[in-house]
Amino acid sequence: MSPLELVAENGLRAPDLTGDSPLAIRGMTVSYGDQPVVYSVDMTVRQGAMTAIIGPNGAGKSTLLKAALGIVAPLSGQVTVFGQGLDATRNRIAYVPQRASVDWDFPTRVSDVVMMGLYGQLGLLGRVRGLHRDRVQACLARVGMQDFGDRQIGQLSGGQQQRVFLARALAQGADLYLLDEPFAGVDAATERAIINVLHELRDEGKTVVAVHHDLSTVRSYFDDVFLINRRKMGEGPVEQAFTVPALQATYGGRLAEGQVAQLALDAG
Amino acid sequence: MGAEFVALSLPPILIGTLAALACALPGNFLVLRRQSLVGDAISHVVLPGIVVAFLVTGQVSAWPMMLGAAAAAVVSVALIEGIRRLGRVDAGAAMGVTFTAMFAFGVLLLEQSDTSGVHLDVEHALYGNLESLIWLDAVGWSSLLDPAALSGLPHELERMAIVFVLTLAFVVVLWRPLVLSTFDEGYARSLGLPVATLGLGLVIVAAITAVAAFDAVGSIIVIAMFICPPAAARLMTNQLVHQVLWSLVFAAISAVLGYVLAGYGPLWIGLPNTVSAAGMIATVSGLILAICAVAGPQRRA
Repeated sequence: MSPLELVAENGLRAPDLTGDSPLAIRGMTVSYGDQPVVYSVDMTVRQGAMTAIIGPNGAGKSTLLKAALGIVAPLSGQVTVFGQGLDATRNRIAYVPQRASVDWDFPTRVSDVVMMGLYGQLGLLGRVRGLHRDRVQACLARVGMQDFGDRQIGQLSGGQQQRVFLARALAQGADLYLLDEPFAGVDAATERAIINVLHELRDEGKTVVAVHHDLSTVRSYFDDVFLINRRKMGEGPVEQAFTVPALQATYGGRLAEGQVAQLALDAG
Repeated sequence: MGAEFVALSLPPILIGTLAALACALPGNFLVLRRQSLVGDAISHVVLPGIVVAFLVTGQVSAWPMMLGAAAAAVVSVALIEGIRRLGRVDAGAAMGVTFTAMFAFGVLLLEQSDTSGVHLDVEHALYGNLESLIWLDAVGWSSLLDPAALSGLPHELERMAIVFVLTLAFVVVLWRPLVLSTFDEGYARSLGLPVATLGLGLVIVAAITAVAAFDAVGSIIVIAMFICPPAAARLMTNQLVHQVLWSLVFAAISAVLGYVLAGYGPLWIGLPNTVSAAGMIATVSGLILAICAVAGPQRRA
């Protein structure tokens, strides 16, 4: 199907009422070239919940997140954030990109990266004051990196890099956190530190959405799941939507038998 | 060093230094964005724009040429994107095709148009004419305070000063968006920053600088100054602000030392002729980069 036909099909869709959901996506189609990567996806994120976006490699998980933020241009689709358009609500969103998406040899220090989270407040030429530096330090402390502010970012381990990215998002003081594979390639201590911070955020009433790979931790980490394989394959609270049949449909038989057995066991 | 220095050497040194500073400043971002060769590319793609501007206005004057060059740069960017999307080739191939095609078109235009009466040829494009930018009204250092004499300064000095201030203003005012979009494009976009426009703005500023410098000092200096001082500065520090300051220091040293070595160096070792200032300035900047690559504190193991 050509991109134009995709647009035509999705264009017929009437805009749904999405209420004040922190993130509501309607009829989102994204393609690279002629190949649709995300096809006609609807998603409604629950306020104050932690949602995992789950699916096999190449299922369009990261792309969905990027399209929701306008980082890649979708062919069609509507996004509302807290019931409003993206441009009106950008200051309420904090995005944590994949760690591997940047060059860690960039000449900058850890504290400078976290300060980037305050650029929205500082504007073009606003002076960095003590309160800004204090905030940076507090965000670093929250992810256990308070002693690393003066380090060059290239000297950090993968887990430390991921924590710095999370600290930068924290500095923004957002209400909606979108994380792209925050646990990819990090050490166990970092994974615990990050999940603790994310749970704290949720308990403060913030909304967290994360692209997630590790099916074995979905149940313990997240409240809701969103299953995707190009198309939406399921959505809802973990106990209802994170089922063996739904996962098998999503992964198309690519789950190992042992994984399936373990998940069935976890599900009781 | 008196009247002769002020009249013959001071203006070209100042112009060379301003050109070097104006190129090194945006060069920092180009190098970090892995777009170092944009300077090289610009000096190729702007040629048809400059020639067309000359054909339209009938004279070699700076501002129409810059507009023409900027237009050519924008056309190139559009061509690259168009070729990339329609031809489904990677960006490198699209750029390669665009740069050579634009330069070839410029050469054809140049050949077919009557530029014999003016100083516009391919050689000039490469080496510039730094040594000819002299200040005939100067009688000594006192001329620096004499308004009548000052009005006789080469126009290139004023032009490069304006371009340097423009570049400086661009980098200072847009520092945060530039840093953010250079380091983490996805994050910058998530904040709603116009990342594509910033990238285009940077290339346009580089193009304006390249064209202004091109007339005065030639494209060899432009290409060298976009890359060598920032690359050398990167090896001196791990902080971008310090890198930019180091790059300005290196650019100024290259320009001053290069000019002096070109003009006086051969005499010191008993040779009768001087050498090309543009060539020597580029060489000095290359030597500084070599020294930093061997002894810079932040070079990678």
